[in-house]
Amino acid sequence: MTRVGRWIGRHLILFAGLLVLLYLFAPIFVVMLMSFNEPKSKLSYTFDGFTWENWQHPCRPSGLCEAVSVSLRIGLVATVIATALGTLMAFAMVRRRFRGRSATNLFIFLPMASPEIVLGSSLLALFVSSGFGGRLGFWTILIAHVMFCLSFVVVTVKARLTGMDSRLEQAAMDLYANEWQTFWRITFPLVFPGILAAALLSFSLSFDDFIITNLNAGTTVTFPMFVWGSAQRDIPPQINVIGTAMFLLALVLVLGGELARRRRNARVR
Amino acid sequence: MSALVPVPAAGKPERQGRRLTAYLLLLPGGLWLLLFFVVPIVSLLAASLYDPDGSIEAGFSMTWSWHNYVDALADYARPFGRSLWYALLTTAFCLLLGYPLAYAIAFKAGRWKNVMLALVIAPFFTSFLIRTLSWKMLLSDNGFVVDALKAVHILGSDGRLLATTAAVVTGLTYNFLPFMVLPLYASLEKIDHRLIEAGGDLFAGPFTTFRTVTLPLSMPGVVAGTLLTFIPAAGDYINAQLLGTPKQRMIGNDIQRLFAAGAYPTAAALSVTLMAAIVVLVLFYVRRSGTEELV
Repeated sequence: MTRVGRWIGRHLILFAGLLVLLYLFAPIFVVMLMSFNEPKSKLSYTFDGFTWENWQHPCRPSGLCEAVSVSLRIGLVATVIATALGTLMAFAMVRRRFRGRSATNLFIFLPMASPEIVLGSSLLALFVSSGFGGRLGFWTILIAHVMFCLSFVVVTVKARLTGMDSRLEQAAMDLYANEWQTFWRITFPLVFPGILAAALLSFSLSFDDFIITNLNAGTTVTFPMFVWGSAQRDIPPQINVIGTAMFLLALVLVLGGELARRRRNARVR
Repeated sequence: MSALVPVPAAGKPERQGRRLTAYLLLLPGGLWLLLFFVVPIVSLLAASLYDPDGSIEAGFSMTWSWHNYVDALADYARPFGRSLWYALLTTAFCLLLGYPLAYAIAFKAGRWKNVMLALVIAPFFTSFLIRTLSWKMLLSDNGFVVDALKAVHILGSDGRLLATTAAVVTGLTYNFLPFMVLPLYASLEKIDHRLIEAGGDLFAGPFTTFRTVTLPLSMPGVVAGTLLTFIPAAGDYINAQLLGTPKQRMIGNDIQRLFAAGAYPTAAALSVTLMAAIVVLVLFYVRRSGTEELV
C-alpha cells in the first residue's frame, strides 16, 4: 500500500469514528436548540421561536425543580455508598486470593446482565411482599440505585487496579513503608482516577435511571419520571434547559479534569 | 515518593489473615447485593407462582400456579419474540457503529483519546428520556431526516420514520451504543501495538492484519459489549413507547403495564421468562465465542 493510501486509510477510520460521535450528539444539539424554544402549542415538537425565557425561569413548570432536587440528592447519596462499597469489593477481587473468587465475579456481573425491568420488578416484588408496598419512595429508590451502581463501580475500579504496576508497591515496602503507608501514599493515589471515574459513572447512571426507579418510587417523582410524565401531556421547554445544563456541567468537569491532568503531566516532564 | 518516611517493615501478615480481610472487604457490598438483588429475584420467582386471582388490596396467596407461565407465554409470545429480535438488530448495529469509534479512539485519537472517551459518556448526562424525545423530533414526519430521505428516494413520498420499527431500533441503538464502545475500547487499548506492526512486517495488508490480529484480540470486548447492549435492549420499553406504536410493543411495555395494573403473578412470570431466555442465550453465546472471562 502506498503512503497516500495509508494516510487515507488512517484518517478514514478516524472520520468514521467522528461520524459515529456525531450520531451520539445529534439529539443533544436538538435538546440545546429546544431549550431556547418558544412553543406555540403545548404539545409542540417544532422550533417555533427563539427566547431566553426558559433559561431565566427554569423552575416555572410546577414540580420540575423539586424533581431535579430529588434526583440530585438520590444521585449523590447513592454514588457515595456505591463507590465506597464497590471500591472495597474491587480491592478484594484484585488484591486477594480467596475461595469462591470466580463465583463472586459472576455474582457481581449478574446485576449488570439483568434487564432493568427484571431488577426493578423483582425489587418491587420484595418490597411488596415484605410489607413496604405502601412506603415506596426516597429510600426504596436509593436502595435500588446503590444496587445497580455497585457492579459498575467494582468493574471500573477493578480495571484500574488490574492495570497497575504492583512493583511500585513492592518498592515502597522495600523502602520500609508499612502496609498502611504504602496504601495511602502509593496505592490510593494511583487508583484514585479509577474511583473518580466510577463515582462519575454511578452518578450519571443514578441521575438517568427511569425503568427501575419508576417501579419503586411510589409517589416520589425524580427528574426522569417528571420528563416521562410530561411526555404524555405537554413537554415544557424547561426540561431541555435542565438537560443542557447537566450536559454542559459534565463536559466542563471532564474537560477541566483533562486540562488539569495535562498541565500536571507537562510539569512532571 | 520522596515523602515516604522509612520505618521498620511490619511483619508479613499471615495468609489466613489476608484471606479474612478479603471476606471483610467483600462483606458490605456483598450483603447489599444479596439483600437487594438475590433475595428480590427469589421473591420474583415466588411472585410468579402466586394465585393470579389475588390483588394488591387482598394480597396474593402462594398456590404454585405454574400455569401462570403457560398463560403468560400464550398471551405475550409476539412481543416477546419482537423484543429479542429488536435487541439482536440493535446489538448488530451497535457493533457496526461502535467498532470504528472504539478503534479510532484506541489507535487514532492520539492525545485526544481521553477527550473522545469523555464525549462518548457525556450524552449520559442529558437524561436518556430527553434524548429519546429529541429523536422523536428528529424523526418526525416533517423533520429534516425524513425530508432528506425522501429527497434521495430512500423513503417514498408518503413514507415515515416515526412510529416504525426503524425508529425504535434507531433509538435503541442510540441509547446503548456507549455500552458497546466502552468495553470495545478497553480491549482494543490493551492490544500490543507491536503485534499489529508485526502483521504489516509480514506483508499482511491492513485488512488481513485486522482480521487475523486485531479482531481476534478484541474478542473479549466484542463479547462484553454485545452482552451489555443486547440485555438492556431486550428489556427496554421506553423506545418502543416513545418512538413506536402498539405494533412495535416490546415485552418490557407489557411487564411494566401489568405491574402498574397490579397483576403481579403474570408480570413476574414474564420477567422470569425474559431473564431465563437471556441467561440461556448468553450462556450459549459465551460458550460459542470461547470467552470465559466476562469482565
